[in-house]
Amino acid sequence: MSTTAIIMMVVALVVVWGGLILAIVALRSRPERTEFPPGGEDDHREDQAVIEHDT
Amino acid sequence: MSAQHQAPPREQFTGQVGFILSAIGSAVGLGNIWRFPGVAYENGGGAFLVPYLIALLTAGIPILFLDYALGHRFRGGAPQAFRRVKGWLETLGWFQVMICIVIAIYYAAVVAWAASFFVYSFGLDWGDDPEAFFFGEHLQLADVGGADPWLTFDFVGAVLIPLVLVWLVVIAVLAAGVVKGVQRANVIFIPLLLIAFGALVVRALFLDGAADGLNALFTPQWDALADPDVWIAAYGQVFFSLSVAFGIMITYSSYRKRRSNMTGPGLVVAFSNSGFEMLAGLGVFSALGFLALESGTTVDELGIAGVGLAFVTFPAIVSEMPAGALFGALFFGSLVMAGFTSLVSILQVVSAALQEKFALSRTTAVLWLGGVLGAVSVLGFSTTTGLILLDTVDYWVNNMGIVLSAILMCVLVVWVYRKAPELRYHLNAVSTAQIGAWWYACVGAIVPVMLVVMLVQTVMIRIDEPYGDYDETYLLYAGWGTVALLVVGALVFWAFRWRGPREYRAWPPYPPVEDPAVRKEASR
Repeated sequence: MSTTAIIMMVVALVVVWGGLILAIVALRSRPERTEFPPGGEDDHREDQAVIEHDT
Repeated sequence: MSAQHQAPPREQFTGQVGFILSAIGSAVGLGNIWRFPGVAYENGGGAFLVPYLIALLTAGIPILFLDYALGHRFRGGAPQAFRRVKGWLETLGWFQVMICIVIAIYYAAVVAWAASFFVYSFGLDWGDDPEAFFFGEHLQLADVGGADPWLTFDFVGAVLIPLVLVWLVVIAVLAAGVVKGVQRANVIFIPLLLIAFGALVVRALFLDGAADGLNALFTPQWDALADPDVWIAAYGQVFFSLSVAFGIMITYSSYRKRRSNMTGPGLVVAFSNSGFEMLAGLGVFSALGFLALESGTTVDELGIAGVGLAFVTFPAIVSEMPAGALFGALFFGSLVMAGFTSLVSILQVVSAALQEKFALSRTTAVLWLGGVLGAVSVLGFSTTTGLILLDTVDYWVNNMGIVLSAILMCVLVVWVYRKAPELRYHLNAVSTAQIGAWWYACVGAIVPVMLVVMLVQTVMIRIDEPYGDYDETYLLYAGWGTVALLVVGALVFWAFRWRGPREYRAWPPYPPVEDPAVRKEASR
């Protein structure tokens, strides 16, 4: 392999796989937010239409 | 009121890992293995890295986030999510569902071929002439040179039986649900795919001639950077490879709980997809270098992309190398796993859309779509003209269907209904990695402009010369007809009455409310 080809290969792998490792490390160090806006508890009330009573 | 008339709660991925693996399973497909290496080689080699990375950052990741935001905020498959943006946009959702329907029908056939070749590789059944074996013996491709039929219903048993099996397995996975089916399949197959493909790449790197192959792939042609076509190819590769803009990522992100990180996992998914492409580049070009050395040719004289690479060139490589059977099994096993997890995600889009629009149970929706699409798939693609139909439909649905869908999505959501600030607020409110105002420029300008250029160019080329030297009347029906089918299908599905839940309040509210106490005060 020529020197330029080797350099390009190393650069490509370092940038892309390095980016992947950085993304994983960042996510592992802070997987979720600690504070959210109020609401959004997953009890599925927001998925449903308003309940209608037939009285 | 009666509890049993309410729909069951929305399904949910059990956590971040399940979601990330499923999204990777969707993004990593056949295109990563058989498209990326060839595209990189033909568009500047090592220099392709520059436009590729720029395209990833300015188009791939931003449009991935757009899909995530739509699905997560509006909690639905494509039609329901778009309907909650604006009523009539449900049509755009169904257009994306139609794309998935068409892709699934032929994608299943390719997965079935790979499964057959997985079995063939143990006995090196293709012998000395893989090309004749694939087209002649396996597909029994009808000779379409002269007055021969363009469409036949002569079934080929060796294609039909694996294809039926693929459909049965995918139906079983979808029927088992998001957690026990989709997520479980990905949690098993994605690590297995990485191990199998990783082993294949390591083996390929130690073949004679591997260095020549890598030299061909990575030697930069810097003048390619001045060529607009190279930039378009880079945007196209990133765009097609990430499985964005046809409903998959909208659907998957709608199965995450509301309080869950979106952008952080999104970055992991995007870089995993590109990382796998790099791995495929190493493996494929090492192997191509080996074959070129063995057969005394150069890499560019071999089939380096698509069906030709997978089913003609690779079998030839397997035959030439010591202990080739194992290498072949790893390659075709990887193709099956990569393709199958993508097929599952494509069909989940259809399943979610049917469940939501027609208020169907999951089992009913899956049996309907599996029965109808499976039957069409088997009828159209296990015949002696299956390959030609596949090639044509694939070209049109990708280069026109998906590109058009993405343009419409950006223009309508960002420009016409001005939802970008709301979607950005949503992502930032639930995510760890915050996105800045640069995102507006990407999804509002860079992505649509690049895609419009691509679309115009493709249409002009296809008007000038028929695709693949096929018959022009055939292309009119099979190619342009496919695009018409996408539009008509979308309108037909849209015309039915919406039977699912209608009222919906997106969380968190936008414009944002600072504090519950403040909200109480304000509402008095």
